[in-house]
Amino acid sequence: MAEKVLMKGNEAIAEAAIKAGCRYFFGYPITPQNELPEYMSRRLPEVGGVFLQAESEVAASNMVYGAAGAGARVLTSSSSPGISLKMEGISYIAGAELPAVIVNIMRGGPGLGGIQSSQADYFQATKGGGHGDFRLCVLAPSTVQEAVDLTMEAFEIADRYRNPVMVLGDGIIGQMMEPVQFNKEIDPADLPKKEWATDGARGRPRNIINSLALDPQDLENHNLVLKAKYEQMKEQEVRYATYLLDDADRAIVAYGTTARIATSAIEMAREQGIRVGLIRPISLFPFPEKVIAEAANRLDSFLTVEMSLGQMVEDVRLAVNGKKPVFFYGRTAGMVPSPEEILEQIILMGGGGE
Amino acid sequence: MKLLAGYPEALTEKPFHYCPGCLHGIVHRLLAEVMDELEIREDTIGIAPVGCSVLAYQYFNIDMHEASHGRAPAVATGVKRVHPDKVVFTYQGDGDLASIGTAEIVHAANRGEKITTIFINNAIYGMTGGQMAPTTLPEQKTTTSPYGRDLDLAGHPIKMSEMLSVLDGSIFIARVSVHDPKHIREAKKMIKKAFLLQLAGKGFTLVEVLSTCPTNWGISPLAAIDWLKENMLPVYPLGVLKGGEID
Repeated sequence: MAEKVLMKGNEAIAEAAIKAGCRYFFGYPITPQNELPEYMSRRLPEVGGVFLQAESEVAASNMVYGAAGAGARVLTSSSSPGISLKMEGISYIAGAELPAVIVNIMRGGPGLGGIQSSQADYFQATKGGGHGDFRLCVLAPSTVQEAVDLTMEAFEIADRYRNPVMVLGDGIIGQMMEPVQFNKEIDPADLPKKEWATDGARGRPRNIINSLALDPQDLENHNLVLKAKYEQMKEQEVRYATYLLDDADRAIVAYGTTARIATSAIEMAREQGIRVGLIRPISLFPFPEKVIAEAANRLDSFLTVEMSLGQMVEDVRLAVNGKKPVFFYGRTAGMVPSPEEILEQIILMGGGGE
Repeated sequence: MKLLAGYPEALTEKPFHYCPGCLHGIVHRLLAEVMDELEIREDTIGIAPVGCSVLAYQYFNIDMHEASHGRAPAVATGVKRVHPDKVVFTYQGDGDLASIGTAEIVHAANRGEKITTIFINNAIYGMTGGQMAPTTLPEQKTTTSPYGRDLDLAGHPIKMSEMLSVLDGSIFIARVSVHDPKHIREAKKMIKKAFLLQLAGKGFTLVEVLSTCPTNWGISPLAAIDWLKENMLPVYPLGVLKGGEID
């Protein structure tokens, strides 16, 4: 096992990308993710890569579009308002079926919002985010170590599906320092050659990277190909964790930093004899709907906690499908729910038998 | 036997979709001839824009990447940074480059991206049906300047080549036209020079090509040639604006 080092989330994500064989980063400064591009500007030249600070988020996402089309493992990172701007490139990357990894260290919104931690970009991340029928694979870490592991996995998933993957962290994940270890290191030279990439048509038919299809039947067919990929992701890429769920009569559903706060609230509730557990979605798309649907057969109620005014709760309700009540508690705009506030909600949501 | 003329290898056999009298076809052909003459067809990646030449990726027999509106220089940056040993060009119209894509072209030029941009200026939006472009001339009527371009309302024709030539990262900026055989030969020379400079790894190169749009100007192809000569040449003077020395 590799040595443990103490790292800030943003820097750990950057190093994880390098360890995953990423050698190209295009970005634009925005708080609270600045340590990520800053780290890349230091480290990428050391490993023969390219860090480029673009003139805007729009340009950065289109540079990613170019580099991804050219066959490279490529990363960009931003925070909420910047991700809105990057959505142009992201939609094209999804349409042209290219692999790329996008990190969103979420801050409060809408508009310019604030710079404190938030989870208010769940809809944007999981429902496509840009124009057109497309989905990102969305991975939500709740520790810095998990941010490292998911970032490395993100590059694998992106290549496997030729689809953009988003690592969705909140400002706390980006700014917090925790011990991490990097258990793998990929040399980009060892990665399989991307036969579809635009690297010059030497001795082969030309390759075209494109998202345009003027014939609606062609475009519908293309959308169906994309849909088949998303269905395959639903079969193969669902990730979640549970905590104290086996004997529970009620469950909290929460992701990222909020799931860690919920864990504290669950431990406080357990001391009072309340049998509450946790379902923590790690992949937000594909959403772990099966585990929630199964839990709905035996639990009495659910409480979704988010740093938003209620976004993931809609997917939880779809998964529960009316079988049991689904309550919601959220703080937003940079305000963080406390374990005590969540405990109060756990008591209020009722449950069976006690 | 020496072949003096033929179909360029760097063009596919797909018929152009361009309107009768449109000069895009001439510029496509010149680009293809230059790629063939420099024997770089298999080492070149072209970036197509949004606009009339949105389908350019169908016509060049090379690796092509279709960009979003105005972002071709950003896409080209991504490609060139991954493959610095390859030749990368963008092909962009005036709406694409001089309006929505101003930030991308300015910063690509300023960074000295080692790419070549072919900039087609016909003073109007073609694909969307003849709206005013930033390059539209004073008093010129379009579907969004039906009383003629009012300088108080819509500002002045933008001179991109002049703007880009003052940036330290650009090494060769030229404006050419393709309205007659003499100028077509000159245009080809300039395009070739831009590619040679890119091959020498010097910096950002751009060739602006004045062109016509008979369909949206609402005149015949021949009248459009005369209109270009009479109206566009005084506003957009031809020549090398910057650089061009090949060591």
